[in-house]
Amino acid sequence: MTLFVEQCLNGLQFGLLLFLLAAGLTLVFGIMDLVNLAHGSLYMVGAYFAATFAAWTGSFVLGAVLALIATLVVGMAVEVIAMRRLYGRDHLDHVLGTFGLILFFDEAVRLVWGPEGLSLPLPSWLNTAVTLAPGFSYSAYRLSIILVTLAVAGGLYLLVMRTRIGMLIRAGASNREMVGALGVNIKLLYTLVFGLGAALAGLAGLMQAPILTVQIGMGENILILAFVITVIGGIGSVRGSFIAALFVGFVDTLGRSYFPDILRVLLSPEAASTLAPALSSMLIYLLMAIVLIVKPEGLFSSSGGR
Amino acid sequence: MTLTVRNIATAALFAALLLLPLYVQLTGDRFMLTLFTRIVIMALAAVSLNLILGFGGMMSFGHAAYLGIGGYAVGMLAHEGIVSGLVQWPVALAASALYALVIGALSLRTRGVYFIMITLAFAQMAYYIVSGIARYGGDDGLTIYKRSQFGILDLSNKVVFYYVCVALLLATVYLVWRLVNSRFGMVVQGARSNETRMRAIGFPTYRYKLVCFVIAGTLGGLAGALLANHNEFISPSTMYWTRSGDLIVMVVLGGMGSVAGPVFGAVALLVLEEVLSGITEYWPIILGPLLLLVVLFARGGIDGLLSAIKRPGRAGKEPA
Amino acid sequence: MSALLQVDKLAKRFGGIVATDDVAFEVPEGELHAVIGPNGAGKTTLIAQLSGQLAADSGTIRFAGADVTRLPAWRRSHLGLARSFQITSLFLDLSVLDNVALAVQAHAGHSFHFWRHARSETGLRQPARAALEQVGLAHRAEARASLLSHGEHRLLELAMALAGSPRLLLLDEPMAGLGPDESVRMVAMLAGLKKRYTILLVEHDMEAVFALADRISVLVYGRVIATGAPHTIRANVQVREAYLGEDADV
Repeated sequence: MTLFVEQCLNGLQFGLLLFLLAAGLTLVFGIMDLVNLAHGSLYMVGAYFAATFAAWTGSFVLGAVLALIATLVVGMAVEVIAMRRLYGRDHLDHVLGTFGLILFFDEAVRLVWGPEGLSLPLPSWLNTAVTLAPGFSYSAYRLSIILVTLAVAGGLYLLVMRTRIGMLIRAGASNREMVGALGVNIKLLYTLVFGLGAALAGLAGLMQAPILTVQIGMGENILILAFVITVIGGIGSVRGSFIAALFVGFVDTLGRSYFPDILRVLLSPEAASTLAPALSSMLIYLLMAIVLIVKPEGLFSSSGGR
Repeated sequence: MTLTVRNIATAALFAALLLLPLYVQLTGDRFMLTLFTRIVIMALAAVSLNLILGFGGMMSFGHAAYLGIGGYAVGMLAHEGIVSGLVQWPVALAASALYALVIGALSLRTRGVYFIMITLAFAQMAYYIVSGIARYGGDDGLTIYKRSQFGILDLSNKVVFYYVCVALLLATVYLVWRLVNSRFGMVVQGARSNETRMRAIGFPTYRYKLVCFVIAGTLGGLAGALLANHNEFISPSTMYWTRSGDLIVMVVLGGMGSVAGPVFGAVALLVLEEVLSGITEYWPIILGPLLLLVVLFARGGIDGLLSAIKRPGRAGKEPA
Repeated sequence: MSALLQVDKLAKRFGGIVATDDVAFEVPEGELHAVIGPNGAGKTTLIAQLSGQLAADSGTIRFAGADVTRLPAWRRSHLGLARSFQITSLFLDLSVLDNVALAVQAHAGHSFHFWRHARSETGLRQPARAALEQVGLAHRAEARASLLSHGEHRLLELAMALAGSPRLLLLDEPMAGLGPDESVRMVAMLAGLKKRYTILLVEHDMEAVFALADRISVLVYGRVIATGAPHTIRANVQVREAYLGEDADV
């Protein structure tokens, strides 16, 4: 039973992390109509910066904060140098252009940090277990991830729903020319939004770093999941991304834990162990396929399948 | 066919491909044969992708999946002792067609960005599935000890194999050319150009796009079978989603508006990679921004540049 | 004999906005029925529901006696319903002839023909040229559609609607953006089409409307406030207030 609860919490944690990534992706698409394949690269860069700064400063938290700032800066630089020229173009151009950026980033990281990955060790105060209930303790770090991401999610909600900037973001999403005509500096708005997306991706990357290794190509792997979430939740909908991310986080984590057992009940042990890893990975895509059959524009689409 | 710079260049390219083994014979540079066999196979895959991407306007980011499916069909059957090409290759084609049918049926219900993401995700699903099957090598891949057997045709002879690949490439180019200019092709092109209007004038566009998608996938599977034979090895990395990106790059670099354009693109990209990797091991750092520049300034690709020579600002675009 | 087009209690909302409010009218065969109304009245939305691009929330649309309310656009086209678009919607990267040939092809059986060169099929090219002749664009057949003038685009829009040999033409502001000479030519063209086709014409150009229409329906805020012969409409007080009052010289 405790294992189940632990897996549920892991699913929640994973889902929230994916939300950070997907939120940035969906915001950038919703507001700037930009497909950004290099979003995963910002995730990777965040992790690399965190590992490096933590090693330099000797402090995990300080390293994380510096990494976040650095990723924000990199994100805004990318926006100014490359993304600006892609606005308004065909989505294929976005795909190709940002694909080129992935190649560039992967190689740049290899140049700067070498081909071997890095590791980001946890400070002792995080590397413990917290007792949540009698007889049940959970990793303090994973718990902190949950708390931090919930706080960020809450902050995002407040930002988008309750502030003037958020209003501009939502307005920009539905009518770009109008917002520009109102005298708002659209260029700056876009740079800030892109920077926000980059920071979210970087945060996800650096938080995930102690759990998984920091390596080249880590962005590409997780980007797919972010895409699946965006499709399921509906492009442009942050709320949709939140729900879809949690869903995907649970399905993936619990699926990988329990699906092989389910298979073993249904099939012979050999068949089960052969097929289990493959089919467990497939669960999320199956989920996506179901959503597509039922509602092709995503569960909470704001723009109805653009 | 009119005598334009572009058509002459295309003919010259095909002639060069046909004469390559002669050059290899004369210079003893066997590496060129290996390189160009790979180029020809990837060109075939790129031409098949262009059918849906350039002509159909369907931005599939999962085309590398067919390279994997076709390749694994050959690999898995070979592993089980079935080495006859007459069994392997039809299975490769059928498996690719089936995958395309299922994925296409689901994905074509969506549009634009969703379509890109969904094709990407499904291709990655195939990648994960195959990585998970330990019997066929999983992550490490599967060695293919014997190339597909075709009786008199000895595919283990590198020159024979090269010519088989070139022949199939030419056949594919011709097939796609006929397809694109047929009634079917008109519907697919019209759907790319203005789908709402197509439906308004009476075309049930979905079914035509699906058939197009399946044809492209099947041809991709053929390329996969060839690739597996060429490498004598197949691994999940063949269908990792960034490989789909490589294919798109070839198509755009070569020129999406023409049937043979992607052949230029495959040659250009792979030769460029070879040249750049000779200069620096960090060559993608050059290729990446280069891609961005091509997208921004040379959208018509090589084919576009060739068409612009001699008759700049020419109106209209003939098919093929 | 029932009318060719029968619309009953048609309704459509977009969130809080009522675009089509309980619309009902009939168009007998051979009639040219004009739909007029101020901007934002929902005229294009109405056409979109009739041709099938938009699904109505409720109500029925009957064409040639058959209920087509839930039929997709492409099926309605095969029943004989053709539409032209207010904002030019062509295949801009294809030639003018290709554009119309596609409209012909849609009604020439299925298109799962993979080999024969479609551009050399006389069965497609001839009717296409004929349609171009009808609208006076035959001399531009080989030109790329994107290179045509706006006026020629409007004519091509019409040619494509005609190419499928329809029974009912839904014309959405065919005169949109035309200069005075072009407008006169378009009116003459439409007058020539009158007896051969049943036409539902959405238009802003009042001169054209009163010159061509057999009957007129007036749409205001998605609601039909009057239907009748041109002179009745012209005299109708409500209509004058709501709409014609804006346009002093009718």
